[in-house]
Amino acid sequence: MSTWTWLSTNAAMIRQLTLENAILGLVPALVGLAISVPVGILCVRFSWSWPPVLSVTSAVYAIPSLAIFVVLIPYTGLSNLTVIIPLTLFSLCVLVPNVVDGLRSVPESVRQAATAMGFGTMRRLVRVELPQAIPVIIAGLRVATVSSISLASVGQLIGVSSLGYFFIDGLQRDFPLEIYVAIVLVILLALVCDLILILIRWLLTPWQRSQRAGPRVDELELATAGQRG
Amino acid sequence: MSFLSFAWNWLKSPAQWHGADGIPIRVLQHLGYSGLSLLVAATIALPLGVAIGHSGRGSFVIVSLANVWRAIPTLGLLVLMVILLGFSVLAWLIPLVVLAIPPILVNAYEGVAGVDPGLKDAARGMGMTPWQQLRKVEVPVALPLIMLGLRTGAIFVVATATIAAEIGLGGLGRYIIDGLATENYGEVAGGAALVVVLALVVQVVFVGLRRLVVPAGLRRQAKTS
Repeated sequence: MSTWTWLSTNAAMIRQLTLENAILGLVPALVGLAISVPVGILCVRFSWSWPPVLSVTSAVYAIPSLAIFVVLIPYTGLSNLTVIIPLTLFSLCVLVPNVVDGLRSVPESVRQAATAMGFGTMRRLVRVELPQAIPVIIAGLRVATVSSISLASVGQLIGVSSLGYFFIDGLQRDFPLEIYVAIVLVILLALVCDLILILIRWLLTPWQRSQRAGPRVDELELATAGQRG
Repeated sequence: MSFLSFAWNWLKSPAQWHGADGIPIRVLQHLGYSGLSLLVAATIALPLGVAIGHSGRGSFVIVSLANVWRAIPTLGLLVLMVILLGFSVLAWLIPLVVLAIPPILVNAYEGVAGVDPGLKDAARGMGMTPWQQLRKVEVPVALPLIMLGLRTGAIFVVATATIAAEIGLGGLGRYIIDGLATENYGEVAGGAALVVVLALVVQVVFVGLRRLVVPAGLRRQAKTS
């Protein structure tokens, strides 16, 4: 069977499952972002809390996703939540360290200049420190998004629908074509979301457009995100 | 019943601890698959990463690799390999190695490339050949990041070995997959609990390894940076 024949016959299912995969990947990343920013701010404010929090996130990140999925089965059944909650946890493990690093990377001189200009703590945080931390935070968000989209397919093993359906179906029917296509679709979906996030970063950091330093540092940041000594 | 009570009931039954399907054998299998894959991946990725970091050539490859590899669905890769190669050693070894190479490679590269130029200059000034520079200065200074890359690689390898039970591999994932198939949640819970413990133990081992291998001065420096 040619690729086109298979694609057109199953177009509706492909669309449906791609959408499901996207949701299973994006919701954890965004919820993770929403949680990690306040948590990160607290960890910077109460610096004694950071080492234990870092140990916990490093430990949780090391746990295989399939194991966490099944741990939740008695509580959330075989629903989307059983996949979304663990993926949100993993996103947190990547994002909280990035939020903390980002906020800490703001030069002391900039912080003091803001205070000297009359910025209160809250206003300084929102108008000065967080914007400076955006590139690092978005680097973490990119990793969280790409990883979540890819890991969502593992949820198929507990029956939670995603593009992973084609992996299992292809295995059972000994039909490699749909496996190839599904792998490509997952990668494409992840890369499209990645590009969108790069665009968002570009839009949010106009002061970086005249500098050259930004992108390369960011790429390597990405490679090592999710791990901390 | 909670996850823990399911797991506990299954784990305390003596039947789980004996025989070919017993826990000790599965643990050893899991460690075997993970260890072998990590070793192969490190053998490929470490020299490559160090070389690219030292010479600076080819860094474009590393940068492009950086985020793409996380997008690759591990289950898809495993299933594809088993269909193309049948159930053989390569069917699980290739995906595990492919997934472990990027973190090791990128961290090795970053470690060596990030060595203070002043140190490299001083080494050259002392008359060291490039090979000696690498061996005595660059690699030791890069050790914290190299160890971190190996540790991250270990995380992915242990996790993927768990999923590989779907394509027939042994190891602790076997309990999860078989338990799901036979709707025996006790087995699933017990398997998952064991996987969590194993993953954490592996991490502790790597933290200990780091303490052993990385010189104290560098460890202190890494903490304060």
